[in-house]
Amino acid sequence: MSELTDLSVAEAAAKIAAGEISADEYDSAWRAAAASDELNAYLWTAEHGGEGEPDWTGDGESAPEGEGEATPYGANPPAPADSGPLAGVPIAIKDIFTTQGIPTTAGSRILEGYRPPYTATAVNKLTAAGARVLGKTNMDEFAMGSSNENSGYGPVLNPWDRGRVPGGSSGGSAAAVAGGLAPAALGTDTGGSIRQPAALCGIVGLKPTYGAISRFGMIAFASSLDQCGPLTRDVTDAALLLSVMQGKDPRDSTSVGIEGGIELPSGVDLKGLRFGVPRELGDAALDAGVRTVFEATVARIEELGGEITEIGLPHAEHGISAYYVIAPAEASSNLARYDGVRYGKRAGGDGDLLEMYEATRSEGFGPEVKRRIMLGTYALSSGYYDAYYGQAQKVRTRIAQDFDTAFEAVDFVITPTSPSVAFGLGEKTADPMSMYLNDFFTVPMSLAGIPAIAIPAGLAAPEGAGEGAPRLPVGFQIAAPAFAEQKLLEAAHALEGALGFAAAVGDAAPWKGGSRG
Amino acid sequence: MAELEAVIGLEIHVQLATKTKMFCGCALSFGDEPNVHTCPICLAHPGVLPVPNEEAIRYALKIGMALGCEIAPRSIFHRKNYFYPDNPKAYQISQYDIPICGEGKLGDIRITRAHLEEDAAKTIHVGSSGRIAGSSASLVDFNRGGTPLVEIVTEPDLRGAAEAAEWARLLRETVRQLGVSDVNMEEGSLRVDANVSVRPAGSTELGVKTELKNMNSFRFLQRGIEAELERQKDIIGAGGTVEQETLHFDPASGDLTSLRSKEEAHDYRYFPEPDLVAIVPTEAMLEEARASLPELPAARMARYESELGLDEAQARLLAGDPDQAEYFEAVLAETGGGAEPRVVANWVTGDLTAALRASDDAERPEAKPLADLIDAVVAKTVSHAGGKQVLAILVADRDADVAEVIEREGLAQMGGDDGELAGIVAAAIAGDPAAAEQIRSGNGRAIGAIVGAVMRETKGRADGGEVNRLIREQLGL
Amino acid sequence: MIDREQVLHVARLARLRLGEAEVETMAGELSGILGHVDRIANLDLEGVEPTSHVVQLENVLRADEPWTSLPPRVALASAPEPYEGAFRAPSPQADVD
Ligand SMILES: [Mg+2]
Ligand SMILES: [Zn+2]
Repeated sequence: MSELTDLSVAEAAAKIAAGEISADEYDSAWRAAAASDELNAYLWTAEHGGEGEPDWTGDGESAPEGEGEATPYGANPPAPADSGPLAGVPIAIKDIFTTQGIPTTAGSRILEGYRPPYTATAVNKLTAAGARVLGKTNMDEFAMGSSNENSGYGPVLNPWDRGRVPGGSSGGSAAAVAGGLAPAALGTDTGGSIRQPAALCGIVGLKPTYGAISRFGMIAFASSLDQCGPLTRDVTDAALLLSVMQGKDPRDSTSVGIEGGIELPSGVDLKGLRFGVPRELGDAALDAGVRTVFEATVARIEELGGEITEIGLPHAEHGISAYYVIAPAEASSNLARYDGVRYGKRAGGDGDLLEMYEATRSEGFGPEVKRRIMLGTYALSSGYYDAYYGQAQKVRTRIAQDFDTAFEAVDFVITPTSPSVAFGLGEKTADPMSMYLNDFFTVPMSLAGIPAIAIPAGLAAPEGAGEGAPRLPVGFQIAAPAFAEQKLLEAAHALEGALGFAAAVGDAAPWKGGSRG
Repeated sequence: MAELEAVIGLEIHVQLATKTKMFCGCALSFGDEPNVHTCPICLAHPGVLPVPNEEAIRYALKIGMALGCEIAPRSIFHRKNYFYPDNPKAYQISQYDIPICGEGKLGDIRITRAHLEEDAAKTIHVGSSGRIAGSSASLVDFNRGGTPLVEIVTEPDLRGAAEAAEWARLLRETVRQLGVSDVNMEEGSLRVDANVSVRPAGSTELGVKTELKNMNSFRFLQRGIEAELERQKDIIGAGGTVEQETLHFDPASGDLTSLRSKEEAHDYRYFPEPDLVAIVPTEAMLEEARASLPELPAARMARYESELGLDEAQARLLAGDPDQAEYFEAVLAETGGGAEPRVVANWVTGDLTAALRASDDAERPEAKPLADLIDAVVAKTVSHAGGKQVLAILVADRDADVAEVIEREGLAQMGGDDGELAGIVAAAIAGDPAAAEQIRSGNGRAIGAIVGAVMRETKGRADGGEVNRLIREQLGL
Repeated sequence: MIDREQVLHVARLARLRLGEAEVETMAGELSGILGHVDRIANLDLEGVEPTSHVVQLENVLRADEPWTSLPPRVALASAPEPYEGAFRAPSPQADVD
């Protein structure tokens, strides 16, 4: 393992800017690492996929430069490698972000071979800050899943234990960062898709406030919940990427940005900060090992001067129900455009229109996507709207109100990120509902649109594992009021320092090459 | 059985004449090469988002105000979900339970609502391509896809095909005068569908309605509704019942064909569009729209009838042509006051229009000269016939001075006093003794011959009434 | 709960074709999920405002200024069946003669 790849993004960017290391050396070190992917974390890499010049027409033709400002598709002139806060830093991009001329599939066979004519705003902001696209990462199809087993291109393996899942839907991004295949990655979070895989892979995952980062070019799953965010090795890198990507975007009516921007956190203690532990946590289904790590972390917070109080989130228990109505409903509409007419897969083209539609969508979508399209279509269909979609939106209101009330008494709400550590491949695929319950702790924040960060807090053996069974990462979630990202990052930074997870794991960390085949 | 009465409501789609589409920056166009005005947004590529065109919102507010609609303090967009190749997202962004414009009224027809939405793309159905024997296909051109539309829906207040067409004309003229659309039915920038049903006269509940589409002219609209009313009356007359369906009008044959086949059970699954935020018209937006409203046909027509005493036909004619109406009012203002508005209107819409038609390089004179001319005719300084001759000169030479022209052309009307006219009349009688004899023996019509002779002699400068009086006088009648 | 007929109706609305086996599985799985989801059905939320969106923005609009559209060859580059500058798709009813 080269030293270059041991550097955090913030460190590397600083050294490159200072001329201590060369951007190209750093870049090629990561390209080599990405090329050695054995986790199926990448669907496309700059190394194997060529430079990925914007290829509009399929025959190597590039987009005209300079119109980047005027239109969404004019090629943006690349920033000089030695300028900008991310000068020369290669970043792995979840395959849900459009990248002009670079294959983009959202993990679905229905978009196999599709090369978008434009690039997502979040990605443009990264490259404008000097970053480079290292590769496109594997994911659950259209971000629907919590294990990455729903990818149309095969599951991603957890770098800590390749017999286990990395979580999802940003499983490729999480595995790439944890597995030492990328210094940092972009993910998206609709109900936990950044935080849960970050937790299962022992890295940091940040879901910003809804509207903090533009959704333009982020392939829609559930438009009112989707939010993009970073998966990184530490809190500082998460802050760095957020600072570059946040902002209002004229191409996204629902984007807001973060007033005052984001600075790199320096917090070292938690004096005077109040942390709320949901009363309901007591009887939540939670692995013993996860509960132990959570309680130990709460103790650390108090040692750092933080104050722990009990709060109530009475409606949070209905979060999953509301979420699994709202998200599929919006998805059923968002995924209707994949119809075999303008791009992507077409099947059954020799029959009539209906036959083509049904063949294309039935062959192009995987089982979980079909399940959610069916669920959402049903929830919106006449006679059921009020009972399902209408009611779910009211539950959403209540959940948001619960958080408002809580934040009158505390600065943060803390929970485990996931009820369990990484589970085995195939362990939960048979029962959709048990899979959905993985999002129990992450969904309420998504419904309320508030920011939440997952940081690695320790290791625990899987539930029911025998003595001396290998231990796996456990995540700790901190949620804050809307647009309080800076405050959230300061607290997470202080706690991260006290927990010293990376140091504790040492060379056993997969990014140090220590992973179990 | 009881007399059946027609119950008709209209749904009008108006394409807004903005520069760009409703949710993207692609230019609007008509008749260009296919797919030259498209982008990832209007092609519904993965990941794109809509951003509403502020001008379209402005236009919708103007239309709403022109139709006397209540403007919603807060309106939102919904998604209307259905699959079709001309609908790239497989949902149309439209408005559902909270449209930007609520209830209103145009003439005596109540408006239910007017809402914003986006137009579909154009599909051309082509026959067998040879690709697969016997298979036909659609070719989709997305240039039109995403054009801003305002859909106007009326209450079923119309009671006949002619009334429906007449009202639709008023609506078109109203929207045209707002300058927010080309309202061209042939090009599809104005599309009128009709909901038609019949019921026993006097009954208050509604019968089963059918929806008529594709009537791309007012004439076809009227003919289509007439045909459908006939069809429904026959069905009911024969003791049958009308089926709810959508009918396609074929202008060529005048036939109505059912579109039921395409019409498989629709369930649009409307829900609030999560990619857009609410439209909340500010006082400034409302004020701007209000200020930009011209006086609209219905109001102008009413004013001309009540305040100026014009008859309905004159009032409608002028109200339908704001430019001519402005000119009419200018001329009226310049007249000395002796001339009644009705007379001025006749000169403007009748004699002037005729004079302009007469020669192609003719130009409408300034208001002042025409006003002077009208005053002169009213003051009998020049006869009506003479006045027309002056007008012919005015339209050919805009700088001409009326008094001077009358003088130069010797068109000044001859009064009865100086005896000149009496002499010409005497000569005419002498020149046609036969006619004179007939008149004396009571054949009044024979007088025309002598009047004609006098007019020829005086080149129309004589007043017809005066000539008649003199003839009778000289024949001792 | 949701039965075969409903599954077939919804599948048609969503333009999905399900095999015989799939219909049965789908009916079972959807019923299971809806069984869980139904817990919110009997919550008393009378008078609670539905939240369709957490952002409280209004009137986010775009100036009516044309931009350069995509070159047609680019617009058609990923089309499954480009045809004389247009996107070709099967007709609603293939007239089999
Ligand atoms: Mg409509
Ligand atoms: Zn466009």
